[in-house]
Amino acid sequence: MSPSTADGRRRMTGAVMAAPALVLFVLFGVVPLAGVLVLSLADWDGLGPLGWAGLVNWRDVLADGATWDALWLTVKVMALSWLIQTPIALALGLFQAPRGRGRAFFAVLWVLPLLLSAVAIGLTWQALLDPSFGIGSAPGLGRLARPLLGSPELALYVVIFVIAWQFVPFHALLYQAGIRQIPATLYEAAALDGAGRKDRFLRITLPQLRYTIVTSSTLMLVGSLTYFDLIFVLSGGTGGPGTATRVLPLAMYITGFQSHDMGAASVIATVLVVTGLVLSLITTRLSGFTRMDSRQEGL
Amino acid sequence: MTTVRALHRAVSGGAALVWTAIVVVPIYWVVVTSLRERAEFVTSSPLALPGDPTLANYQTVLSGGFAGYLLNSVIVTAATVAVTIVVSLMAAFVIVRHGSRWSRLYFRLFLLGLAIPLQAVIIPVYLLIIRMSLYDSLLAIILPSAAFAVPVTVMILVSFLRDVPRSLFEAMVVDGATEWRLLLDLAAPLARPALITVAVYDGLQVWNGFLFPLILTQSDERAVLPLALTLYRGQFGIDVPATMAAVVLSTLPMLAVFVLARRHLVAGLTAGFSK
Repeated sequence: MSPSTADGRRRMTGAVMAAPALVLFVLFGVVPLAGVLVLSLADWDGLGPLGWAGLVNWRDVLADGATWDALWLTVKVMALSWLIQTPIALALGLFQAPRGRGRAFFAVLWVLPLLLSAVAIGLTWQALLDPSFGIGSAPGLGRLARPLLGSPELALYVVIFVIAWQFVPFHALLYQAGIRQIPATLYEAAALDGAGRKDRFLRITLPQLRYTIVTSSTLMLVGSLTYFDLIFVLSGGTGGPGTATRVLPLAMYITGFQSHDMGAASVIATVLVVTGLVLSLITTRLSGFTRMDSRQEGL
Repeated sequence: MTTVRALHRAVSGGAALVWTAIVVVPIYWVVVTSLRERAEFVTSSPLALPGDPTLANYQTVLSGGFAGYLLNSVIVTAATVAVTIVVSLMAAFVIVRHGSRWSRLYFRLFLLGLAIPLQAVIIPVYLLIIRMSLYDSLLAIILPSAAFAVPVTVMILVSFLRDVPRSLFEAMVVDGATEWRLLLDLAAPLARPALITVAVYDGLQVWNGFLFPLILTQSDERAVLPLALTLYRGQFGIDVPATMAAVVLSTLPMLAVFVLARRHLVAGLTAGFSK
């Protein structure tokens, strides 16, 4: 067999192996991505026939103050989530990283929220924060005995807190893994130079964690575009009280599946897609995920 | 110096305890509430142990169709993980083995896919599922769930297979092995730890997934557990102890996985992101 036919056959096999993942992903990932844009120009109630609407949906949605409110809430959730979760996750990661029984015990407890579905977490906190029968009637916790999730001023902050409760453990694990990969020799050298705790943290730990920080931040930022399940459950499917927690994904769901205006909902979805793609294009560039070589080489 | 260090310890230990309380108290509350009688729930202090622990709430949930919901979740999760793993392993193998422009483009497509928020494409997926006559079937959850699990799974497997020395592949090629043999006899066994890791990761995501079931199924007979929780909530209303029993029961399988394979779960959750 000549090398060229062997090579050709290898390429054929490669194509066959590559096809199923490609078909699946193109069908349910890429086609819908284009579909969002097409449907944003359509007139469709979700059940009947599809009609053409042109740019009417775009004009209506962009002229609607509710859209901008939802976008503002999304940005607020994104920024506050990052500001709250990053320091806590880093601190927990630092605490968990040294190996030892006591620390492992804490680590086991801290990981528990990751096992719960967003729905389970939502139902739990909804009941837990009930002003009459919730945790507020426990001794010493009376300050929590008020309608936190029912308050238009407080509901969003409660949501941000519960989101942190759900996701901080994951980011703490990322930081723990990142910290454990820092070569011990760096700290030994610093100790010889008489560097203090603060110096070691600022000059070794933080710079060495830069990829972890980028990764964790990306996942938080892009992830905050997708907070749906939890807010859906906490607000009883309304994004309320009023529109106090109606972030973009909820606005999209309510517009599309409750008000039966799929065209307008697709406009909101397009805004979500574009924001997500831009955010992660920036970060894949920063973190170098596309490099083909092994990162173990040369270490 | 030693006092500074001791102070440091006290502060970080104290902070660790505070976070532990924030995590553990709600979970403890769910468990004790699920064991309370309804009448006691209204009158008792929320964090006290139940005066007269009862399993009646669990009975209420179990007789409310729980087995069916559980079975749906098991089928959806197992099928999604199986499909995802098989297609992603082949894809990752091709990406690592072939250095061509096409394979790089192929990989980039999946990396881009990481950035597509599921929520944002749900309307076209809904239209697609209706047109494929799959609406309100378990397959309607399985196929899109697998599609959206593929990018991260491929990424993790690629970052793992990249570290397999090329000489191992070449040695088998010299011995006349086909690409399929390389995949089955070399790549798959070597990638076993990574495969378990991604299986656990994907499984957890699908098990807890809510949006696809919410949009793509309708009837109670097709409801998976997260959706069933909202059904129970609607059905039980103010019967909070029963709702909490449903929360506990829906989490037990994942707790079992956690106890049996904690290392894999933790590795799975951070895989590919921490490398």
